[in-house]
Amino acid sequence: MNGWHGKILHINLTKKESSIERPDHELYYKFIGGKGLSGYYLRKCATKEIDSDGMAILFFTGPLVGTTSPSPGRINITSISPLTGTIGDTSVGGKFGSELKKTGFDGIVITGKSDELCGIEIIDEKVSFKACDEARDLKISEVLKKLSWQGSVAAVGPSAFNGVLYSNIMIDGHYAAGRNGLGFICGIKNLKYLAVKGSKKTSIADKTELKKAREDILRLVSASPVLMGDAGISKFGTGALFDLISSRRMIPTMNFKETSFEDPEKMNAFSYQKEFGVKHAGCQGCHVRCKKIAKDGRPLPEYETMSHFSALLLNRDKESVVNANFICNEYGMDTISAAATLACHSELTGEILKPETITNLLKDIGEGTCSERLLSKGSYRYAKEKGKKDLSITVKKQELPAYDPRGAYGMALSYATSTRGGCHLRAYPVSHEILRKPVATDRFSFSGKARIIKIAEDVNAMADSLTICKFFLFAASLEEYSKIYSAVTGDKKSAQDLLDCGERIFYNDRVINSLNGFSKEEDDLPVRFFKEQGSSGNNINVPPIDREDFLEARSKYYKVRGLSSEGMPTKEKVKELGLVWKN
Amino acid sequence: MEKLINKYATKLLEAGLVDKDRFLIGGIDDDILWEGLLEVKGLEEIFDKLSINSLLFAKPKEPYGSIINFLSKRVLEENADKIEPKDCETRTFLHDLPVLNNYSTSEAIEVLKERKCVIIDGFGVITYGTVSPEQCFVTLSSVCFSTFVKFFSDYLKLKKENRSDKEMEGVFNFVKNYKGSYPDFKNTLSKDIFENEESVYSAVAKAGKLTVEYGLVDSFFGNVSAFYNGNIYISQTGSSLDELDGYIDACPFDGSTCTGLTASSELSAHMKIASDTDCRTILHGHPLFSVIMSMNCDKNDCENEGSCFKICPEKREISGIPIVPGEVGTGSFGLCNTVPPELKNNNGVIVYGHGVFATGEKDFNEPFKRLLEIENRCMEEYFKLVL
Repeated sequence: MNGWHGKILHINLTKKESSIERPDHELYYKFIGGKGLSGYYLRKCATKEIDSDGMAILFFTGPLVGTTSPSPGRINITSISPLTGTIGDTSVGGKFGSELKKTGFDGIVITGKSDELCGIEIIDEKVSFKACDEARDLKISEVLKKLSWQGSVAAVGPSAFNGVLYSNIMIDGHYAAGRNGLGFICGIKNLKYLAVKGSKKTSIADKTELKKAREDILRLVSASPVLMGDAGISKFGTGALFDLISSRRMIPTMNFKETSFEDPEKMNAFSYQKEFGVKHAGCQGCHVRCKKIAKDGRPLPEYETMSHFSALLLNRDKESVVNANFICNEYGMDTISAAATLACHSELTGEILKPETITNLLKDIGEGTCSERLLSKGSYRYAKEKGKKDLSITVKKQELPAYDPRGAYGMALSYATSTRGGCHLRAYPVSHEILRKPVATDRFSFSGKARIIKIAEDVNAMADSLTICKFFLFAASLEEYSKIYSAVTGDKKSAQDLLDCGERIFYNDRVINSLNGFSKEEDDLPVRFFKEQGSSGNNINVPPIDREDFLEARSKYYKVRGLSSEGMPTKEKVKELGLVWKN
Repeated sequence: MEKLINKYATKLLEAGLVDKDRFLIGGIDDDILWEGLLEVKGLEEIFDKLSINSLLFAKPKEPYGSIINFLSKRVLEENADKIEPKDCETRTFLHDLPVLNNYSTSEAIEVLKERKCVIIDGFGVITYGTVSPEQCFVTLSSVCFSTFVKFFSDYLKLKKENRSDKEMEGVFNFVKNYKGSYPDFKNTLSKDIFENEESVYSAVAKAGKLTVEYGLVDSFFGNVSAFYNGNIYISQTGSSLDELDGYIDACPFDGSTCTGLTASSELSAHMKIASDTDCRTILHGHPLFSVIMSMNCDKNDCENEGSCFKICPEKREISGIPIVPGEVGTGSFGLCNTVPPELKNNNGVIVYGHGVFATGEKDFNEPFKRLLEIENRCMEEYFKLVL
């Protein structure tokens, strides 16, 4: 095949066995790769208990991985989230996607549970299982040091074995496969790491067309101020967003009680680079290089981390923010959930956490020694136990990222409809509500947003299936990427054809969630956003969100998405999209 | 949505792109709303089949109508299916302009699955938006701009080679006077623009508005900036130059904040111009004849043919105005590398197939005047060559 290898590796950890599946080409054309193919395989086991042998964790690349397509090397990792109970999936960069593809597999389906802690090593198509009981408490950098692996490594830190429901899988040390707690699933399976290395090339159908389509995208990338401008993420990483979100008075502050953080210019990306120095790094094959590393080797925090470990906790100590990020990476914990859980704890106890308290609590959580045991379970379970459920700023039990929904109503709707719980990346309305791409929309209005969000969810489902970086969609669109896809695979698809696949892939999420009991009730925002105003000022008024307007937009969304008025998938739509209705 | 539909219906008329009974614009959230007097069958089906939220059908006003009809007919006669303008904006953002022989909803849908617009020969143009009807307006505006540039460029080339035919001559004679001459400019922009921050914001907005009113740039394109108190005040990316109030970013020269994240794609070029010259104001427009004449090159068998928008070893000029290559934004071929050096000794420069940068030291009267002079000079030169 062109684009794909046509082989999927199945690993059973219980039996320490592996086998190779060669699916029909049609399966690839229908689900593309990454999130799409992962969702297809997850659907088969979606209703099983997460600690059962049958539950899978899936690592899938896309057809563009291993080619010269802009943003080529990402991977999607999927299972059922222990934090939310929804589908749990994450797109992550680094070079794991590229190395996995080079082994000759398009994806890996891992089921079963090892009876002892183990690692999986794959070189080309050869699979080995390595017992590593002694590695259980090793932090991420220690795992990498011990392995000295020449390819790429996905590993979990101690938190995955210490009950942290927001444990990440870390790629190559710095790249977090975050949100949803997929590291915890590895913990359940007694899987410490997955190391891959390969030499196989991805076959390309039409190299001339690929070159032309690539140039079209690179031209757009160069023209994008967000990506390549003087204040763009190529220079400052996603931390570039800090000033802008702050100036729009939508930076979550004090556990989302306020939306403005004093003197933001003293805590912005520029100030971090000035204080800690910067080295530019990035995913394999990407020239945007948005990853920023301090001179001392610690990664500089990305926007969400920078904002949540400062504004959300009222912390003005940059060293502690960098350190908190480092600790989370080392223990393998999601920075958004970790920071927001501490912010919930801070509001609940009335204690403003000191910088050293923040970092000490993170270490305790990662090591499983925290006296507040439930902080490892996320803010929802913690606040509920304390009888203050409303202080958990979550959707579907997952903590919200660093965009206050009172300052962007498309974001408000997309947080609620996100199939993996509180997440900004499913529809990423920041693109038009803040960054003016492809054009600006009114951020304080729900008008038109139902359809915009639905379309954007389909676009991003496709981005995660092609396993391209969503940042590139600030510049290019599926119009350009459909040319790349067609050139690489030889399967001629238009932008709309890819969007139709994106719709199928996203709807599959809704089907999986509905089978696990999710409905309209969970597609909602924390009550705070409907009752309390944000921090108005500078001629920007930040009122509470009108509950009726929100509900109307959500109803419109259900209609546009082809769901019932209760937010449930319908048999007709499932059939239309070629999905499986019930097992 | 209704407000947006009405807004862009008005803008289409104000921009001179359509007459009031020659377009239909629609938007959809859960239900469709239409504005316009035309009746076109099958448009609702396009909403059904495409992931879009707005749709425009337009029969562009003259001279664009005749030009688009001519170009689309020629494309079809050559058994091709797209117009391929060479100007920078079209090449970068639209890539090409697909053409259909007849209007059929299903065929239009197939084309729109791949591109942002379709031209239906002798019938009209369909464009869409995915987040706002503004995208319909922008795309139609680009189609009109790029086909105008292409027609006049093609005509010039063929005329020089004595290869223009009767039909093309007929169209040229019909459209040549539509643009007319630009009104005189009498330094009407504010002279005291650097009194305070407010006066800077106001001056930038007024300069943008006048540039659009004179037709020196389509509303959506171009950019304007002024330097004051350690900041550059620059129009935001994708902002309409005639509606800049509230859409100007203040970006510090020392890079100490990232508020420029939403600034124009050309922020880097403006910053470099500011640091390399004594100018304090910059206007960047896309005046038609400057763009057309920048692509007029007599060199045969050039090794860079097809790439001259990014590489040109020749020192080119028109009436003493330098012409440089350069792509939008940054990157090794970016105009941020080619424009600033030329502005050390000139207060105006033309970027190949793209537009004009003009600078001033005191206010916006100087760059506006220079922009206008350059365009008038290019227009004169053009007609000298073809008439």
